[in-house]
Formats: sequence, structure tokens, C-alpha cells
Amino acid sequence: MSAPVSPLLPEPAEILEKRSFGSDLYAYRLRLIDPAARPRFDFQPGQFNMVYVPGVGEVAISISSDPDDEDLEHTIRIVGRVTRVIEGLGPGSVLGLRGPYGNGWPLQQARFKDVLVVTGGLGCAPVSGAIDYMFRRRASFGRITILHGVKKPADLVHRSRFEAWRRESDARVLLTSDQPDRAWRDRTGVVTELFEEVEFDPARTVVLMCGPEVMMRYAIKILRARGLADDRIHLSLERNMKCAVGWCGHCQLGPEFVCKDGPIFPLRRVARYLEVHGL
Amino acid sequence: MAESSGERSEARWLPRAEFQRLIDALRDSGHRVLGPTLREGALVLDDVASVDALPVGWRDEQAPGRYRLAESGGDELFGIVLGPGGLKALTFAPREPLLQIEMDAGGFRAEALLPDAERLAILGVRACDLAALAVQDRIFLRDRFPDPSYAARRARLFLVAVGCTRSVDTCFCASMGTGPEPREGYDLALTELEGGFTVRAGSEAGRALLASLMLLEAPARIPERESAAYAACAAGMRRSLPREEVHDLLFANLDHPRWDDVAARCLSCGNCTMVCPTCFCHDVRDEPSLDLASSLRVREWDSCFNREHAQVHGLNFRPHIRDRYRQWLVHKLAGWIDQFETSGCVGCGRCITWCPVGIDLTEEVAAIAVPPGLGPT
Repeated sequence: MSAPVSPLLPEPAEILEKRSFGSDLYAYRLRLIDPAARPRFDFQPGQFNMVYVPGVGEVAISISSDPDDEDLEHTIRIVGRVTRVIEGLGPGSVLGLRGPYGNGWPLQQARFKDVLVVTGGLGCAPVSGAIDYMFRRRASFGRITILHGVKKPADLVHRSRFEAWRRESDARVLLTSDQPDRAWRDRTGVVTELFEEVEFDPARTVVLMCGPEVMMRYAIKILRARGLADDRIHLSLERNMKCAVGWCGHCQLGPEFVCKDGPIFPLRRVARYLEVHGL
Repeated sequence: MAESSGERSEARWLPRAEFQRLIDALRDSGHRVLGPTLREGALVLDDVASVDALPVGWRDEQAPGRYRLAESGGDELFGIVLGPGGLKALTFAPREPLLQIEMDAGGFRAEALLPDAERLAILGVRACDLAALAVQDRIFLRDRFPDPSYAARRARLFLVAVGCTRSVDTCFCASMGTGPEPREGYDLALTELEGGFTVRAGSEAGRALLASLMLLEAPARIPERESAAYAACAAGMRRSLPREEVHDLLFANLDHPRWDDVAARCLSCGNCTMVCPTCFCHDVRDEPSLDLASSLRVREWDSCFNREHAQVHGLNFRPHIRDRYRQWLVHKLAGWIDQFETSGCVGCGRCITWCPVGIDLTEEVAAIAVPPGLGPT
């Protein structure tokens, strides 16, 4: 049998630009050193790459740029051993990329429908690329409503992005903090309380959700009570990933490999597993 | 479950006194010959140059948390049913360098590494271990991304199976449909009977080697004896798993109180995953040189019993032993079927034997089959 090519080989990519959003969050614009490799990296919003720091290690990071852009962008939070090294890198440095892995948001299913985006905490990077995608193709989507909750106002990184979305046509952006300070002028409370202010037609709405699983569990209860079917609710899940190709075993949730079956799941597929603690 | 003798192909007969000819033929056809050997009271797979290197006249006794070797007084070559290690380390290496990374000021170069493909002939492979190899093939060869390292190691194996005519206390392959007789996946399959061995070929390479031995057909009465031996072996296994029902049973009982009960006994040591011939979890990490000029990306066996297995920054999805034991068992017996269309368990019983506190997965499943609140847990 002829030896298959290793899917683990990282492709060198140069950092062209690094933008800081505060709170240890940076966007890195990357260009593959070998332009011929770019077609292999064509992706859907919601998919991720394994980002490699030579000699240090790999992390799974969702792709936050538009699929039509030549360059690839990763928005990276500095939280661990590998990302701390990435924080020290800037334009001219070379990282490795392999991917894209997993599936994307169901943007085909969402075409000409209303879209409700629910995000919480610090984790909205996997969905922000999809939001940009929809606004850039504004005529293909109905009303877009974004509900985003943070604990403290300082956790709201990237406020300018939310403000830009707020200015789009037929768009609504509601922000809330459950530990607000005096300067906070948006809502007070947790993100699930924002549903009370939002009208949607369950028959023509698709929900994209990303954030802490406890938030998603509460949001699911409310959405179901308001008539949304489980196959219209989509969740981006996070798990430990070492290989992204279904070999290493770490990212399992029940029978699912989050790396190759997800990271985005229709609620119908994972609802029963999300209800079990410690799975 | 024993098959009727009618399903078996015709066998050749290798007299006990001529077994060395098989070893020689394997070596002469370019293989390094490995087989069960005794080392400091334990069974290990090692070089077998002659029949004397095999554990002649030894047997194993296995029970939950217990493994002993003892002389039987007989002269059987394959009297020991199983050691702790199967074939797994030969195909899915405990430690495998995957990539060589060369760093320089302008970036890096990555090169995929492949293991040296030494041709190995393995003597005495059990039916459960053949089944386990087929399970791992589905993960590393037949899934979306084939693994070149596994493929290279896998392609170099010549497998000489020996069916089990004796089981130990922890065996339950009959209920998993994987043994005790080898059915597929071998190059040669042997049955050890009084005075000699039946030999059948299961591949082109096996047929060529068998032809080179120029053996006579097995005597007419032999197939009957074989059937009887396998049937008796299967019937002697007192442990079993409900193969058809276990998937739905476990997924319907993810909050059964038995998980707390077993968690109070489980040490989370990971022994079961290390001896399991199908467990495939591994870590991948960099091993940089001291001058940071180069680095190796290395794969190493991991275990879902390790605390860090489900750890992401600031959050552990499976923080308790209860969560990790449940992950192991539910994955092994249920999730695996959804993922790879096969159970992850082949019934070898190693996880029972090598568990330091003797946890028996067949008992745990039986306890989970009792609805909460009914009967003792």
C-alpha cells in the first residue's frame, strides 16, 4: 500500500498584521508563504485551523476572516502556553497552519431567514466571522439580531465591531453585563434575559450560538419554550483538541468528535449530551 | 460461539516436532520473528529464534486484578492465553516521532517522518488481538484521514494466529463475537492440538509461506477435534457482555448511580487503557532541541483517565473520576459503534486483569442494566 501524506504537516504562513483588542485578544492576518497552498485552505465561516508555533505546539483556532479574502485571519486569545508565545510574535514572524477542520455554520440553511446570534462571555470569535459574512451579503439574509452578554464591561472586547453591526440595516444588537460599572450604558443582567426584548418568528429564524455551555443550556430552554425547533438551533462547541483529524480522542462528546463532526452542531444532535454533567 | 467445522477451509498439519520449520521459513522469507517469551516472570513479545524461546509448558492464570504464570507439566507452545501487551504497540507505537521541524530566522521547514519498515512475523496472535487490529485499522486507516505512520507499521506485519483452546477467567471474546477461533485478518492460522498444529492460510503471503512448508493435509479426525476444542473453550467463558443491547443501555443511563459506585473504587490510573488493544487516545507535542534550531513533533499514548485529557484553558470537561470512567466505558462499548461501526471492545479481558483494584467492566454493565433503585448497586 502506498503511504498516505501526513495530514499533520503545517504550512508556513507569515504574519502580515497584528491588531490588539485589549484583554489579551489579538487578530493576526496571515498569508501562506506558498501561494499554491491557498486553495487547500478554502473554508466556511465557523471552521478552524490548527495554528502551530514551531518548537512550541499547536492550538485550534477558528478562522475569523471572510472566505473570499486572500489572507487568513485568526483572532486569538492569550490563555495558555502556546498562545503566550504567539502574543510575542508580530509582522514578519512565521507560524504554521493546517486545516481547515470541522464544519461551518449552516449559512445555506440561514439564507433568506432571520438570524438570531446568541453569544456569551469572551467566546464570540467563532461566530463573528459568520456575522461579517452575512452583513457583506446583506441581501441574502433577513433580520439579524445579535445578543451578547459579558460578566464585566471590561470583558466586552471589540466593542467597535458590535457598534458597526448595530449600524447595519435591519440589524439589532443588544449587549448586557451582569456586573456592570457606572459607565455601562447597555442592559444589565445575563444574556438570556435579553430574549424578553426580542421578537422572532420560530418558523423563519435560525439561531447561531457560541459561548459557555451553561449559558447555552439556559438559552436553549428559552428558545424551545418560544417554539424554535432543535434543528434550527446551532451551537459551536469547544473541547480539548490535539490532532483535529479524529485520531487523538480528546475532543469527544458522547459519540461525537467535536473536531470532525463539529465544532458546530445542530442542537438536535447533541442536546441529550449537553444535559449530562462531566460528559 | 464455535463455528461448525464445515465453515473451515481444509487444513494442513504441522507436527509439534517440526514447529521449528515454521520459524525458519518465516525468518528465511525476510521476517524478524517475534512471539510470546518469558522474561522475569512476565510474558513479553520478543525475538523467537527457536521453539525453545517460546514458553513451552507454561500457562497463565488471570482474574480481576491478578495475573500469574505457572508450569502446566505439559509441552504446549501456546499455553499462555494472553500477556498484557497485544499487537497495539507494533502498529500504534507508544511513542512515535511524526514530524521533524527545522527552524530558521525566516520560518521553518516541516518534514513527515515514517518509521523504519522492518518486516515482522508475529507468532501466536490471538483472535481477540486480530479483532483489535481490525478495530484500530478503522481509526487509523479507513477513517477520513489515514495515518501514514500506522500504515507503514501495519503493512510490514505477517500474522501467525493461534486459536484459543483454553480461556482464562477474564476472557469473554465469545460474547463479543471475536473468538476464540481466528476468523479473518491473519496470514496463517494455527490450532494447537495434541501432537501438532492445523495450519490455514488467510492471505496471499500466507498461502505462499504455507506452500513452501510442503505440509501434508491434516488427518481426517482433526477437524472434529478442533471444533470440539473451540466449542469447549467458548462454553467455558463465564463472563459476557450483552453485545447487541449495550449501546442503548449505556447511553440511556449516563446518570446511573453505578457511576458513583465505580468511581469510588477506580484509581484513575489508566492501566486499563494502556493494556486495551483498541484504546487510541494520544497526545502530540513538540520536543525542541536545546538550541531551538529544530524540534520533533512526537505522538505519545494518552489516557482518558488522565485529569488533563478534557482540559482546556480554565475548564475541565471531565474533572471527576466518575466522568472519566464513564467516558472510557461509554466510549468503548457504545460511542465507538456510532463512530467506527464496531464496538471498541474485543473481549480480551485485559482491563479486568490489569486493573489494580479488579474492576470488571462486565460487572459494571450488568449493574447498570439494573434500573436505579432496584437491587443492590
